Amino acid sequence: MTRAATRNVIRAAALGLLLALGVPARAQDVPPDQLVKTVTLEVIDLIKSDKEIQAGNRAKLVQLIDAKVLPHFNFTAMTALAMGQSWNKANPDQKKRLTEEFRTLLVRTYASALAAYSEQKFDFRPLRAKPTDTDVTVQVRVLQPGTQPVPIDYSMEKTAAGWKVYDVMVGGVSLVANYRTEFNATVRESGIDGLINNLAKKNKSLEGAALEKKK
Amino acid sequence: MIRVLLLTALVGAATGCASTAERDPRDPWEPLNRGIYSFNDKLDTYVARPVATGYQKAVPGEIRERVRNVFSNVGDVFIGVNNFLQGKFEDGVSDWARFAFNTTIGLFGLHDVATDMGYEKHNEDFGQTFGRWGAPTGPYLILPLLGSSDVRDGIGWGFDFYTDPLNETEPFAVHWGLVTLRLIQTRADLLDASRILEEAALDKYVFQRDAYLQRRRNLVYDGQPPREKEPEDDSSSDKKRD
Repeated sequence: MTRAATRNVIRAAALGLLLALGVPARAQDVPPDQLVKTVTLEVIDLIKSDKEIQAGNRAKLVQLIDAKVLPHFNFTAMTALAMGQSWNKANPDQKKRLTEEFRTLLVRTYASALAAYSEQKFDFRPLRAKPTDTDVTVQVRVLQPGTQPVPIDYSMEKTAAGWKVYDVMVGGVSLVANYRTEFNATVRESGIDGLINNLAKKNKSLEGAALEKKK
Repeated sequence: MIRVLLLTALVGAATGCASTAERDPRDPWEPLNRGIYSFNDKLDTYVARPVATGYQKAVPGEIRERVRNVFSNVGDVFIGVNNFLQGKFEDGVSDWARFAFNTTIGLFGLHDVATDMGYEKHNEDFGQTFGRWGAPTGPYLILPLLGSSDVRDGIGWGFDFYTDPLNETEPFAVHWGLVTLRLIQTRADLLDASRILEEAALDKYVFQRDAYLQRRRNLVYDGQPPREKEPEDDSSSDKKRD
């Protein structure tokens, strides 16, 4: 009886220790460059080994990105950056809907890009930053035979929940900055709600196209 | 001189159909550009993309890689020249070393052995060289058939075209065969990118324009562009004028 109790205490203590050491190590203490490397390789591996995704099942690919990549992105920050000054004109509800629609669009784009690059080799560059830095750029290069490597830079910020991506630059093109002109022009013409509608329409059309492909 | 002529011709054409709607200051000729863009887009949809897709399906990846390598190798000569013109002698020497190794050991460029030896492929052209020398981009410009450009890069493209090593190929049929093959190969390599663009953009024209301008700026500075000034901040250029 007492021995069993002792064993339980030890087990509980071990579990507590594991939780205390293990969980923060996963969420917060993983260096940003490690995080990018682990997640990229894991997702590429899953894409390659999944026959349905290989056969062009977009819904499943998006699902995979949703589960594996999404938690490491700060979509509110991305939306705010893409909106620029218009962000402050939006009310909390509009901000939420903008972020949701923009996230759907970005995840889809990101899924397409990863699927297109899944056969290439990746070169994960060592991080050039001080340990105290809270805003870093993680550099990855996609190596393709016969062409200059394509640099992919992740702008990442340290948060309480670990490092989060707030912009992706492909070949020097910032995804977030690239939407800014469009977003601002739409807001100028038809307001924040106009932009939300535009984004929703775009997402619906992509969904429709994906469904049609499946048939 | 050529630039002035080109500029006046284009300004004349663009102002003819200019509207008063708020326009991006980098793209004053938007109505004209959009016209050419939609023409290019149709040509791409009905000719270039189907041909490139067919090529990608019919020709095995291994052979496409050889084709890409051969054209890439030929291009390295003037990529080197442009690096020299920009004062990047180490890069220029590396480009010419690439050409030497790939042409010989790599069998006329079929195999990119230089990359494995540590000589990295560069991306240079005359447009970037002019940018490096301080030439401003000038207004954004859509060229018929060629697509996104700006006044500086358009002039640069003229020099690229003039110095294209394929110009030396003879006879006529071989020359155009090679030029066409290179075009198809290039378009095939962009199939994924163009599909992603179509998915990502709300307005393809605007998205592509902004991506082009960002990309070229990045290339001029070889991936290390200085932080962009705020668009309203004209103080530095004013000072120069004084």
